[in-house]
Amino acid sequence: MSDTTLTKSDGTSGVGPVEGAPVYDVDNPAPYIEAPRKRTSKTPRSTRGNFEMAAWLFMRLSGVVLVVLVIGHLLIQLVLDGGVSKVGFAFVAGRWASPFWQGWDLLMLWLAMLHGANGLRTVINDYAERPQTRMWLKGLLYAATVFTVLLGTLVIFTFDPNIR
Amino acid sequence: MPAGTLYRGREGMWSWVAHRVTGVLIFFFLFVHVLDTALVRVSPEAYDDVVSTYKTPIVALLEYGLVAAILFHALNGLRVIAVDFWSKGPRYQKQMLWTVVGIWVVLMVGALYPVLGHAVRELFGS
Ligand code: HEM
Repeated sequence: MSDTTLTKSDGTSGVGPVEGAPVYDVDNPAPYIEAPRKRTSKTPRSTRGNFEMAAWLFMRLSGVVLVVLVIGHLLIQLVLDGGVSKVGFAFVAGRWASPFWQGWDLLMLWLAMLHGANGLRTVINDYAERPQTRMWLKGLLYAATVFTVLLGTLVIFTFDPNIR
Repeated sequence: MPAGTLYRGREGMWSWVAHRVTGVLIFFFLFVHVLDTALVRVSPEAYDDVVSTYKTPIVALLEYGLVAAILFHALNGLRVIAVDFWSKGPRYQKQMLWTVVGIWVVLMVGALYPVLGHAVRELFGS
């Protein structure tokens, strides 16, 4: 509406009376608008960082693996051998006696926590608009994630069937 | 629908909404679940005490809901992966969603007895 690019060959303005007279002219130039994605002194050398792409790919790869780990886990804990009724310290001790199930649970813990944390990061990025809010929510998310992953890892590795 | 919105409704949007809601729910559950399992490092009694509350009918119902959320998220996650990596994925996204819903219903019926059976026996006697 307010630009002066519509200039006819005879030099008169191409903006007709319907649009109104141009607001800007030689003495009152329009503010300069930078081209989108213009490189500035603050732009990193490469703007093609691939963290987001790696995160996107990780969601899909971890998802495929999690299908096996999580569905297997649900089958064992909730369906086979009497479902949840059988679960107790003795049952846990029986399963973690095997390095295979320790490894299963460890991989499931790490993949599910990182997958879920990255998913929540996306959700926070989508809805929390104020920079302060985003920072605090993500800080809380990362703290809770590190805490949970470390606690779970510690519990799997230091489990002691003869605790007393 | 407000003008200029990105939300388009129908299968595409609602499956995304459900995927997001279930994903967030599962994450919060997982946080609590790691904490309760950590009780095996406190004492067998502490762990068994908490797990015994999981064998009550109300928690069985919550568990059924959790299974519902996980199964939907898992199946629909595979659909999302197919949409992204299979050349015909976007074209069949609707059919794939209804396939997901179909498999989900079958699995949920299959989970009725294993997950809720003990609660029904407790409530109505065996
Ligand atoms: C069981 C196998 C699973 C599969 C196949 C799967 C698949 C996926 C995929 C493909 C995405 C990306 C969606 C997108 O980019 O639009 C995703 C997002 C997400 N997943 Fe999973 N997932 C699984 C398990 C889990 C678990 C265990 C959790 C929680 C700890 C979880 C939490 C999330 C969250 C919070 C998101 C973000 C949702 C969003 O951005 O709207 N998922 N999942």
